[in-house]
Amino acid sequence: MDVSWFLVLSAFIFCVGTAGVLSRRNPLVVLLCLELMLNGSNLALVAFSRMHGDGGGQIFALIVMVIAACEVTVGLGIIVAIFRRRLPVDVDELSTLRG
Amino acid sequence: MWFQQVMFFLAGAGALGGAIGVVTLRNPFYSVLSLVAHLIFLAVLFLLLQAEFLAAAQVVVYAGAVMVLYVFVVAYVGGSDEPLRPEGGALRVLGPLFAFVLVVELCIALLGSSLGLIDSPGTDVPAGFGTPAEIGSLLLRRFLVPFEAASYLLLVAAVGAVVLARRRRGLEEQEVGA
Repeated sequence: MDVSWFLVLSAFIFCVGTAGVLSRRNPLVVLLCLELMLNGSNLALVAFSRMHGDGGGQIFALIVMVIAACEVTVGLGIIVAIFRRRLPVDVDELSTLRG
Repeated sequence: MWFQQVMFFLAGAGALGGAIGVVTLRNPFYSVLSLVAHLIFLAVLFLLLQAEFLAAAQVVVYAGAVMVLYVFVVAYVGGSDEPLRPEGGALRVLGPLFAFVLVVELCIALLGSSLGLIDSPGTDVPAGFGTPAEIGSLLLRRFLVPFEAASYLLLVAAVGAVVLARRRRGLEEQEVGA
């Protein structure tokens, strides 16, 4: 398989994630779509790693997975805190910080 | 060769279908399940790219551990169906449009790029490429500093999550009373 096939597929996954982040309102689903974007970039990194025959890209993808795990723990903590204070779990209504 | 192509198209269709499912399904619980399917298909793609350790880590850590966290929070917060709001807002239309423009742009950039190896299956890789031994040796030799930084980051995130989700007695009563 040519590397370009994998890269095009990773671009599609990334853009599906972008559409989700921009158009969904539930913060949980927004986090899931962020995961999709990170996974799309991970696929591109691994494909480039294979293309050059260098393991550095795989380490990069591994670090991206660590970052995603950190983002999930903190993001879900925030969502649980929002829920505990009986605020609406909705990105559009949590707009106090908007200028 | 044909086996690789069949696997690529099966796994690619599965990964893309899972991704579309995450975005379009209304119930957050089904979105999480769809993401699990997406992650498993993505692991198959990693295997096709000879990233064996990464594929295993993806299935065990990501689809196994991180997604359990999601399922717990969806069950706690209540995976209510997202109501359709008639007024919608401009972002509901502009978001998918922006994503479509982005994918067209990325495809043009990828297919028109002058990278020499992009239309080949890649260079010949040394034996043991992508195995746990190779990854471990890279992590502890060439990439020691990122490895240590990632471990500190995980520690900070764990402490931060505990602080965020802790039950603060005085603050909560104040919030509810106010």
